[in-house]
Amino acid sequence: MEPMGKVLAIDHEKCTGCRLCEIVCSVFHDGVSNAARSRIKIVKWESEGVYIPISCQQCQDAPCKIICPVKAISRDEKLSRVMVDQNRCIGCRACVAVCPFGAMNFNVIDRKVFKCDLCDGDPQCVRFCEVKAVDYVPADRVSSSKKRAAAEKISTAQRQAVALEAESR
Amino acid sequence: MALNRKIAYIDLSTGKIEIKPIPLNIRRKFLGGRGLDAYLLYNHTEKGCDPLGPKNTLMVSGGILTATLASATARTHVMAKSPLGGMIGSANMGGFFAPELAWAGFHHLVIKGKADRPVYLWINNGKIEIRDARHLWGKTTTETQWAIREELGDDDIKCMVIGPAGENLVRFANVMTGIKNSGGRTGMGAVMGSKNLKAIAARGTMDIKIAHPKEALEYNKRFIDQITSAKVNQTQGTLGTPFIWGATNSWGGVRCRNFQYNQELYCDEIEPEAIDEVCTETIGPYHMAGCFACQVHCRAKYRIPTGPYAGAYDEGPEYTSQGAFCGEPDCRSMETLLTGNHLVDQWGMDNLETGSLISWAMELYELGILTDKETDGLDLRFGNDEALLEMVRRICFREGWLGDTLAEGGIIASERIGKDSFNYLIQVKGVSNLHSDERATPALALNVATASRGSDHLRSRPAIDLYHLPEEVLRKIYSTPVPYNGPLSSEHTEYIGKPWQVFWQENCYMAVDCLGICKYHTVFLGATLPNFEDWPKVLYYNTGLEFTPREIWDIAERCNMIERLFNLREGLTREDLVRGDMLNHRYFDEPTRRGAPDVVGRVIDREKFRKMIDEFYEYKGLDRNGVPKPETLKRLGLEDEPSHLL
Repeated sequence: MEPMGKVLAIDHEKCTGCRLCEIVCSVFHDGVSNAARSRIKIVKWESEGVYIPISCQQCQDAPCKIICPVKAISRDEKLSRVMVDQNRCIGCRACVAVCPFGAMNFNVIDRKVFKCDLCDGDPQCVRFCEVKAVDYVPADRVSSSKKRAAAEKISTAQRQAVALEAESR
Repeated sequence: MALNRKIAYIDLSTGKIEIKPIPLNIRRKFLGGRGLDAYLLYNHTEKGCDPLGPKNTLMVSGGILTATLASATARTHVMAKSPLGGMIGSANMGGFFAPELAWAGFHHLVIKGKADRPVYLWINNGKIEIRDARHLWGKTTTETQWAIREELGDDDIKCMVIGPAGENLVRFANVMTGIKNSGGRTGMGAVMGSKNLKAIAARGTMDIKIAHPKEALEYNKRFIDQITSAKVNQTQGTLGTPFIWGATNSWGGVRCRNFQYNQELYCDEIEPEAIDEVCTETIGPYHMAGCFACQVHCRAKYRIPTGPYAGAYDEGPEYTSQGAFCGEPDCRSMETLLTGNHLVDQWGMDNLETGSLISWAMELYELGILTDKETDGLDLRFGNDEALLEMVRRICFREGWLGDTLAEGGIIASERIGKDSFNYLIQVKGVSNLHSDERATPALALNVATASRGSDHLRSRPAIDLYHLPEEVLRKIYSTPVPYNGPLSSEHTEYIGKPWQVFWQENCYMAVDCLGICKYHTVFLGATLPNFEDWPKVLYYNTGLEFTPREIWDIAERCNMIERLFNLREGLTREDLVRGDMLNHRYFDEPTRRGAPDVVGRVIDREKFRKMIDEFYEYKGLDRNGVPKPETLKRLGLEDEPSHLL
């Protein structure tokens, strides 16, 4: 049994801003290349070279699910994701309004909302991101790389402190 | 679908806009991008027109695969008659503009006439609007882009713009998108400026249907693995193009002091590792950026750490900036390099041409051909960092006699300066050479001499010639899709076999320029990268069109020939120093002074060079004068050009 499931882990520092994830997302889901149809979006501050991938966080206590007036949004615990039932969706966009990340999108052609479905367990954005700015990891591993980075800093500081002490002797 | 992207004809004099589909038979003949642009240029410009007059036609395009799932389809192509040399003007840039143009419904723009006041084009989901740009005139390249986004209320708008240099008709002004992506060469920014066209803004949400989406995804994945597994691309993705400068300098293949030397001896501060350190310190460990859908990410991000522009954000500096602001003028400081790169990015001028012309002026100053009178008291000796950056400013704003003169480009400037200044101008077809020294590498010398847009490395350079690859490997690459049984040599100082390599590369680069993908994704710097055998698959999965490798080769050959037809119509003559396939006398007369043992003391042998040109012409189907034989035109289906089909 996998009680924790896997989650998207985004490391925005690594993102090169190339937007290949947006294209593979729209081709995988809709068979077309169109960034406007992508479930993931790279938000950019080009004048500072800052690129931030934004996608659904698959919230545990999802505001979109709570606000949906027709109960079209549900949690799929098997893949640890939040899903929209397109047959029930009435296109009212209440979920778009409450999503704290802007990760719920509105399709202007079908007039319905759409969001990341983790590609049924094989997220294409992860598969194609060579620098791993977007990764798909077991939920309990989501903070381990950050822990290691922080630990590295502490260990460097420690070594420097020892060296300084040795010098001063 | 990629094939339903349109072509728009925009007359800025009358404000008339006409939108047409691109017929399939035209696609099969020219694909798109640079190839189709060349067809349009040949058909839509009159012989001998003034490059900066309303009769010059400006083409802007994406390739046939732009914004599809072929990797790195980021390239925007811009073409017109060049105000630098009067030959073909052509520039190609990365970034995000062409994909946005494609999503807005267009692959090709044909821009004619001249607006009566500054304007910009607003292209949005199939519609094109000509808008007032008086308030944008005078703004830098980035200021212009951000101002248009604010005005139209959309942060996702992508713009192609000119800076003050383009407005001031500096003949080597470039077009730019984003922070540093530049269509740098041959003065396309001046052509935009001459039409009072400040910018083209695009935004689109129109679907591009992928013919076989599942296969396209799987093939793209394999493509990416192939591209990112190449060591050269891994290095590019860490250090960017400065690594090429470091590597080339080590054996003596760069230019220093306007071609007097072929190696920079004191350059620790601008070695690729030093630049990487500045980038890491100012931006962070992950400081590389990528163009649209590209996994090579060769663009470094940095902030200028010191000096009057300290704290300013920019990207690069590329190989060409190292040559322009360090190697050629013999300046050695990081601050000069990063600042110079920033200035040309902000003002929109070609770094390569700028650095080359200033270095040329520096040599003339040291020789006494230019004096304090012409420089308005500026001490223009080699190695004067301050004078170099001041000269960049004077050129952009046409200040002082020399600033205004150099802004006219090398050919006109040499006429104004007079004496024997022309002899020191290292150019082909009016366009300055890349900051590399080709005296020890005949293949590369042949490439710069014969490149259609003037001296240039991105039109036919067999760069892998420098790797001393075994002959079997060379044969494997260079004998598909057209058999080649002639000699090939692994030795970069050799003359044999090189004309075929240059001919092959010319077709290879034309093909990628028609497809709209980046040259780092083909046999340019890496021998293992995709070429003719791979493109039919990418084309089929994405567009549904079927081609054989040979058919793509034929298209490339056809497009190269139409560029040649244009140049011939504008007066190309084989051995003419201004309008020919000819090199500056220094290549033949002055031996290299530095470098590796097999490089030092080299010149290009005049007789062998002539033979290389003969052989190259033969492969292209040209006669001894470089004019296509009637049977060649017939074979390529060009006997009726200009045919005015589009």
